[in-house]
Amino acid sequence: MAAGSPTDPTGRLVTLRRKVQLTIDGATLSVSEGSTILDAAKSLGIDTPTLCFAQNLTPANACRVCVVELEGARTLVPSCARRVEPGMVVHTDSARVRDARRTVLELLASSVDMSATPKFAEWCERYGARPTRFGTPTPRPVVDDNALFVRDYAKCMLCYKCVEACGDDAQHTFAIAVAGRGAHATIATELDTPLPDSACVFCGNCVGVCPTGALQFRAEHELREADAWDESRQSQIDTICPYCGVGCSLTLHVQDERIVKVTSPVGSEVTHGHLCVKGRFGFEYLGKR
Amino acid sequence: MDLKSIDALPTDDEREAIERVLATQPEPTRDLLLPVLRAIQARVGFVSKGALAHACDRLQVPPAEAWGIATFYHLIATRPAPRTVLHVCDDVACRARGSERITKALASRFAPEAAAHHDACWKRSPCLGQCERAPAALRIRAGEPVEERALGGLDAVSAMDALRGETIAVPAPASIQQPRDSLRLLARVGVVDPESLDDYRAHGGYAALRRAHELGASWVLREVSDAKLLGRGGAGFPAGRKWGAVASQPARPRYVVCNADESEPGTFKDRVLMEGDPFAIVEAITLAAFAVSAERAFVYVRGEYPLAAARLEHAIASARRRGLLGESVMGHAQRLEIEVRRGAGAYICGEETALLESLEGRRGEPRAKPPFPVEQGLFGKPTLVNNVETLAAALLIVRDGAPAFTALGTPESSGTRLFCLSGDVTRPGVYEVPMGLTLRALIALAGGATHGLAGVLLGGAAGTFVGPDELDLKLTFEDTRRAGATLGSGVVIVFREGTDFRAVVHGLAGFFRHESCGQCVPCRVGTTKVDDLLARVRAGTPDGTWDDERDRLRELGHVLREASICGLGQAAASALESATQRFAIWPAAMPTPTPTPSNGGKA
Ligand SMILES: Cc1cc2nc3c(=O)[nH]c(=O)nc-3n(C[C@H](O)[C@H](O)[C@H](O)COP(=O)(O)O)c2cc1C
Ligand code: SF4
Ligand code: SF4
Ligand code: SF4
Ligand code: FES
Ligand code: FES
Repeated sequence: MAAGSPTDPTGRLVTLRRKVQLTIDGATLSVSEGSTILDAAKSLGIDTPTLCFAQNLTPANACRVCVVELEGARTLVPSCARRVEPGMVVHTDSARVRDARRTVLELLASSVDMSATPKFAEWCERYGARPTRFGTPTPRPVVDDNALFVRDYAKCMLCYKCVEACGDDAQHTFAIAVAGRGAHATIATELDTPLPDSACVFCGNCVGVCPTGALQFRAEHELREADAWDESRQSQIDTICPYCGVGCSLTLHVQDERIVKVTSPVGSEVTHGHLCVKGRFGFEYLGKR
Repeated sequence: MDLKSIDALPTDDEREAIERVLATQPEPTRDLLLPVLRAIQARVGFVSKGALAHACDRLQVPPAEAWGIATFYHLIATRPAPRTVLHVCDDVACRARGSERITKALASRFAPEAAAHHDACWKRSPCLGQCERAPAALRIRAGEPVEERALGGLDAVSAMDALRGETIAVPAPASIQQPRDSLRLLARVGVVDPESLDDYRAHGGYAALRRAHELGASWVLREVSDAKLLGRGGAGFPAGRKWGAVASQPARPRYVVCNADESEPGTFKDRVLMEGDPFAIVEAITLAAFAVSAERAFVYVRGEYPLAAARLEHAIASARRRGLLGESVMGHAQRLEIEVRRGAGAYICGEETALLESLEGRRGEPRAKPPFPVEQGLFGKPTLVNNVETLAAALLIVRDGAPAFTALGTPESSGTRLFCLSGDVTRPGVYEVPMGLTLRALIALAGGATHGLAGVLLGGAAGTFVGPDELDLKLTFEDTRRAGATLGSGVVIVFREGTDFRAVVHGLAGFFRHESCGQCVPCRVGTTKVDDLLARVRAGTPDGTWDDERDRLRELGHVLREASICGLGQAAASALESATQRFAIWPAAMPTPTPTPSNGGKA
């Protein structure tokens, strides 16, 4: 479901929305009511780091790398989740913000293997974050319990995206959830049951939303292990899933004439980026493996 | 929802424990998940696969989610465990009274922590809310019925006896140690029979509710507002404003939630109220529900308070039988049902939105605010969440009028307030004093420090330290705010001369690490880093130089305060920071070793 887009009482997307005026980094702008501070900043061309936020999921509000300074607020606020209000005065690059973002990045790097997270290194540079300042992550064994994808929770930053994609936000299967508390929290099935014995239907939507590479399609995982994953050598082909009448839009990622990953555009009206096992993994039957 | 079941069956005992909870409610709704998990735990000592399967089937909760919830709470075991568990407090007030001697003795003479021995084990516990009886423990023996007993004044011998299942009588000092004539909130505690509605009425009970019914809800709202009552749960929010906000919401139904989670280390005042004067809490909730037109209310009592929960349940049942709850409260056009719900060992569930999540049968993870509970609270409906003492104070305000309340205290901090004195103080207990008394006078009221005074922890683990030269601090919201301190939940823990404050703050850091819900990065990771850092401080082994460590701590404090979702993370470094300003926390005299990064130097 497109979170962040307000709906009217009948559930339809509200298209005619009032405007809200606010100030961000000294610039005054008007955005539609219901937008987030993140949306507003984006419209000014401000690039805000985000990890747990996704356009097609309910904001989990958990990573806090997107925090901004809101005048009058006691603490910083998460720009991805906070809706704009008239007269807000926001700073996205003050010392308070930079310090907080820097330490959040350092804390992440000290506890999670962020090496496969796009843009992470760039953000560390931008905020002067020293990745080993608070130590280095503890290794964890890769969970390899099914044919279609692997789970490397040493790379899991607990962004809640896979849980949301498996649950209310897309799949409604609820095969995985956050278990344990605090530093012991992990993503798990009940009693850590292997995925094939759990409720999982292998739609791969969790893999599709994972920002850190903790969840990887088998083809991608194997190529990465062999140091052969190379996005510069990949092409993307848009097509329609042939398996049923719904007509989901697919993007085939091809490397060396092999389909290495199937995704769906987040902006797609039909899929909002989510697929089922056939669209996601049906290529396995196309005779490549 | 089409759920895939877990492939396992419950035992007859487990099934019966589950069904008994479901029988208390018209429908098997999701919010019964925690009561059901608690019931299984109480019956057999842990939640087995079969029991979880049956709970999920009956409540239509996805197994993975139920597992996530069961593993969230400290008092729910998800692996086979012995029937008898002795939860030994090793938190700040009990440590000040020698609890470490007990845990050491148990480890060497009984079994290592959490290891089963003759169907029993012991575990360290965060503050059990029995600090005036420190060192304290809670013994839970699963079975039918479950036995839950709070033990105070413990020593190694009685702890061993408790583990062997012997019935032990521990002398518990009276919780109230001050002259009775000055008591208002505590007036009936220790005087009234807590299990007799008639006795409660004979001591002035239900006069406030009668008055409220006579004068109407808007009068009540005005009176609470005029009394300038500030919340006693920690944040000090004006109660009148909150009540008014809930009452003015268009949405229905509305709920009242009494926050009796009381898990801030060093806090036990709400327990004393609930155990000693439970009908007053029931009347107070009824009054609040009347004021905001709520027809359903919950009291969320922390899992470690068996007696308080039992007394409240008894009081609710008696009140209901006598027409003081139910379809027509006191014959008036007020309808109300109150339910007691018990926590299961999670400090975070005292945070109001985490509490609501827990009540709804989810993990106790705080919500983003706004929206605030007054608009979207329990089940998304307008909800009044107040602390036990706040509600008790509102009852006095309605009974005696706002002027009687504002006559005590200061203009900005009206009325009396309960303080929980513990640690190295002569007469630990709950003290009720008008706001504005100095810390010095309050400690004197409790007989003074036992072995000199090196410092005081004010407000709890989320509070701040006060040095011996700051005892003239007036105990009001405004004076503490100006001093950069907080009253928090009314905690005053006294530390003797010679206290190792490094060990004390390391203990607090361990508490936050243990209690972080894990939702947000600053707190989940930050609290562990603070704890690790303090371990290095105590061991004298800095990562780099002490200056590096100092910088790290400053940065951790900043990110916790500024970027955490809720008050737990936001306050997790405040006591520590106040300690570094007052006590020798940093090993300043220690030679700084050559910088060797302990992290292996990985870039
Ligand atoms: C980590 C944390 C724990 C809390 N624990 C409690 C508690 O045990 N009891 C309580 O009344 N308030 C607690 N609070 C405060 C509540 O969030 C809330 O402010 C309070 O219940 C409101 O009631 P009041 O206005 O009557 O004080 C806690 C807050 C935080 C951040
Ligand atoms: S593959 Fe689909 S069903 Fe399985 S865990 Fe991921 S999101 Fe859930
Ligand atoms: S596995 Fe990926 S999507 Fe799931 S919580 Fe971890 S990082 Fe987020
Ligand atoms: S600050 Fe801590 S307790 Fe609060 S939401 Fe974040 S992780 Fe949970
Ligand atoms: S992106 Fe905003 S909190 Fe994670
Ligand atoms: S009961 Fe031990 S510190 Fe409170």
